[in-house]
Amino acid sequence: MKTMINVALPKGRLGERVYAMMEAAGYECPSIRENNRKLTFENEEKGVRYFWVKPSDVAIYVERGAADIGIAGKDILLEYRPDVYELLDLGIGKCRMAVAARQGFVDDTERTLRVATKFSRIAREYYAGRCRDIDIIHLNGSIELAPLLGLSDVIVDIVETGKTLYENGLEPRETIVPISARVIANKANFKFKGDRIEEMMDKLSALIR
Amino acid sequence: MELDERVLKNGEHAVFRLRALYRKYGYAQYKMSKFEEYDLYVQNKDFLVGDGVITFNDTDGKLLALKPDVTLSIIKKTTDEEHVLHKLCYNENVYRISGSTHTFGEIMQTGLECIGEIGVCETAEVLMLALESLETIGGASVLDLSHLGVISALLDDTGADEIQKKRLIACIGEKNPHGIREICASIGADASLTEKLSALVRVYGKPKQVYQKLRALSLGEKAEAALAELETLTDTLDAIGVGENVRIDFSVVNDMNYYSGVVFRGFVDGIPEGILSGGRYDRLMRKMGRRSGAIGFALYLDLLECLDRRAKQYDADTVLVYGDDAEPAALLGAVRTLTEQGASVRMLRKYPEGLRCRRLMAFQNGGVVTLENND
Repeated sequence: MKTMINVALPKGRLGERVYAMMEAAGYECPSIRENNRKLTFENEEKGVRYFWVKPSDVAIYVERGAADIGIAGKDILLEYRPDVYELLDLGIGKCRMAVAARQGFVDDTERTLRVATKFSRIAREYYAGRCRDIDIIHLNGSIELAPLLGLSDVIVDIVETGKTLYENGLEPRETIVPISARVIANKANFKFKGDRIEEMMDKLSALIR
Repeated sequence: MELDERVLKNGEHAVFRLRALYRKYGYAQYKMSKFEEYDLYVQNKDFLVGDGVITFNDTDGKLLALKPDVTLSIIKKTTDEEHVLHKLCYNENVYRISGSTHTFGEIMQTGLECIGEIGVCETAEVLMLALESLETIGGASVLDLSHLGVISALLDDTGADEIQKKRLIACIGEKNPHGIREICASIGADASLTEKLSALVRVYGKPKQVYQKLRALSLGEKAEAALAELETLTDTLDAIGVGENVRIDFSVVNDMNYYSGVVFRGFVDGIPEGILSGGRYDRLMRKMGRRSGAIGFALYLDLLECLDRRAKQYDADTVLVYGDDAEPAALLGAVRTLTEQGASVRMLRKYPEGLRCRRLMAFQNGGVVTLENND
């Protein structure tokens, strides 16, 4: 029997696209398309087992070795800094981490800048790099609301097209870092399943180019 | 009394066997104090795995720290004499922020340090002991070996500044070729150099195969000299028949401010992180004002809990219930007889609800009767 490669997929649209890539690379698992309540799906013949997890949890599953590999956005990796290998940039789920503010907002550098974000670490490091004193307001959702209600001056969040921002009277300002989906791997498991994982990466990168 | 090995947990088992192993090669056991002056760690903050140190004031107001690391204390305690080779091993608890939980924890650490004039023989011996340590733990294991000289030679050629180098090293540690390409492009590094660096993180495998691939890359004089040193070591390990589990992996990047030369990391199947970490740390010695070289490694034995996670079936082996009228000497005599037969006996007046035991016995009329056997 082949050793199984455990793959943590992020729930949602990105995960669906990633699975489509895995399928195209020859790691299909038809049962995953069935509408049922199962949590794990495996194709013994191909030696893969998939499971859906919350996107921000993918890194935890991989770092702790419950998954051999996983697909996570670069935003999650920069925020949580898991001790994992980052083997491949899948080039999908492209967006950017950016600062956004109300249209026409002028930064008053005499005052502490109030920053609302889900990504405290990324925001803190970005502003530390420019020696700007900030007050981090950690929120778990609806970040766009913060500047509208005067809770914060700016937000640090993921921006795809910027449409939601504009609709709410906000606009993207500086880009902090471009984001896309990355394949990550547990360092220890890579030692014992490395050949299989490398083979998978080769097939996936052939699809990217 | 002979020790019943069943009572030992994985970590404890390993401690004894590792101590015996290091002793065989003349390493002296070194016992340290749990505390150390905080100053020692402030000066070498980056050497520590994490930022966190637990500090407290001594009765005289001096700031002390619970030891987050053993190596620094060992260096401090050895003297710098010519032709003297210190070979020390230890088993200590250290207190630091652990990798995956990001909170403070107590980590059982065992390891050894070889301090003095370090050549191929000394390095090969330490590597051999690292391999044998992994073997002692049992199961499939791998020792990843790298040489920082190869990486620093290539990094110097890129013309990157210190911050960019740090970012490049982080990418090398992540086996992240796309990250390397991005940074190299931003600093305008030579295209062939970029490819060499990203090829370097992707090569992984048995030494012979890796050397062959690397020769084709023509890495330059400095990197090749480092590679030759690595090859001498792996050849030596092969010659004495312990090289089977050695892999070359340049993603092992310990902090270059402290380490130089050979660095390595050991993995055991079933444990999700590296259990062994070590290398040549001459640069740390210089920072601490020592002339001699040094090499060593540590094993994080609390990780052994990950192995053998079989569900526990019973709370107790044998429970012996007795009444108020039990005659003490007869009861204790019966318990002793049962333990001599190899049982672990919990003597209880009343059987507690919810307790699961393998065998339930009662002490009645001066004798023992079995009420329930769940075997």
